[in-house]
Amino acid sequence: MSRNTEVFVIGGGPAGLSAAHVAAKLGAKTLLVDDSARVGGQLIKQTHRFFGSSNRDAGIRGVTIAEKLQQDIEEVSDRLTVLENTAAVGFYHNKEAGILSQKAYERVTYQAAIVCTGATENSLAFDNNDLPGIYGAGGVQTLMNVHGIRPGQKILMVGSGNIGLIVSYQLIQAGVEVVGVVEGMPTIGGYLVHASKIRRLGVPIYTSHTILKALGSDGVTGAMLSRVDEKFQPVPNTELEIKCDCICLAVGLTPLIDLFQQAQCRMVHVGELGGLVPLHDSAMRTTNPDIFVAGDASGIEEATTAILAGRIAGARAYETIHGKSPQAEAIVAEAREELRTLRSGSTGERIRWGRERVLKEVGEC
Amino acid sequence: MTSLRIDKHPVLNFPERKIVNFNFEGKQYQGFAGEPVAAALHAAGIRTLRHSPQKNRARGFFCAIGRCSSCIMEVDGQINTMTCITPLAEGMQIRMQKGHGTIKA
Repeated sequence: MSRNTEVFVIGGGPAGLSAAHVAAKLGAKTLLVDDSARVGGQLIKQTHRFFGSSNRDAGIRGVTIAEKLQQDIEEVSDRLTVLENTAAVGFYHNKEAGILSQKAYERVTYQAAIVCTGATENSLAFDNNDLPGIYGAGGVQTLMNVHGIRPGQKILMVGSGNIGLIVSYQLIQAGVEVVGVVEGMPTIGGYLVHASKIRRLGVPIYTSHTILKALGSDGVTGAMLSRVDEKFQPVPNTELEIKCDCICLAVGLTPLIDLFQQAQCRMVHVGELGGLVPLHDSAMRTTNPDIFVAGDASGIEEATTAILAGRIAGARAYETIHGKSPQAEAIVAEAREELRTLRSGSTGERIRWGRERVLKEVGEC
Repeated sequence: MTSLRIDKHPVLNFPERKIVNFNFEGKQYQGFAGEPVAAALHAAGIRTLRHSPQKNRARGFFCAIGRCSSCIMEVDGQINTMTCITPLAEGMQIRMQKGHGTIKA
């Protein structure tokens, strides 16, 4: 069987849902596929309130933003088809792609594709890092906030960026004892407001420390930590044994880029954005002119900026099919202005560098 | 059902779901219909889902969103099933996968 659409959106997270909503609302026939059981991406497990701009979901919990986006797409259901439990597996030439559900493999013919595949969790090299009981921070959030199951009774968090700090707090809310947060850098990575919350609850934060090994034979029973020097080398005789039944790794994300590589988009490595990302211009168009990108797949950031970039990609994808449109232009202008505000200030500095590097590479800056 | 199930949460409500029976390595367990197989096993206290092909090391789940393949098991005879995104159903037969598993004709 084969399907025909104008805009083909891959991934139903904040970027993909926003892109599909905008494209369909402007008038494009749109198809969105997502490989999970329900759309919403990682927002469906984020119980914390978001920062960001006041006109874009600041102070609202991630789970509520997911519900809002799901309502948005209902509103355009006459032009937008959503297929859940369906993965995009690859692109053919001539604007065709393959999608796979539990029942069938189908071809999709499209005019513009917007790839919003998100990111995958990083692991960390240490002894026994493959033991059952060692989970990614996103995995822990899914288990506890989507399925209502604690990862264990006592958990050690590795990484003190915002994800490590926020998930530590969420673990405490779920009734799990957080025995400590380990951070290789001499200072806490995330915002003070998140660190203070868990420090007030008595969770120790071990800065300038690393995890040497996980203890246990068929499951985690503890962890061996050690102090590190300024070159991140373990300092002898500073080992510290901590008892826990699980370890959570919050050590960053890497853009999920297989589809871009397979579609022969030019890639560029930008450390500030999490690694290899598809080269793209300010319209979010990759070097393959039929393929757009938005969200974490274009560089690790967060849900609010993913929504805005998704709106830009959706509007520009519509215009490549139907020609210039003042409504599309207005959506892009508004999203650009909000992005500029969100990425300003010291916390947005790394992202700004990363984004500028990508634009320089395409000759836009 | 077990102490790992969250019964009270300050932000979230978990709706009541239908309880189903499943079989893991010959023993009967209970979980909720529609939750991922790996979640039901975890709630039942089972963390080792398979052993690695080369060094026979115990493996549990890791990413919980069907990306990393750490949780693959044999479900109703089907090897390499990503149990973190496979919904639990009544009567499922779940087995640990040894190495690469064997495809049944």
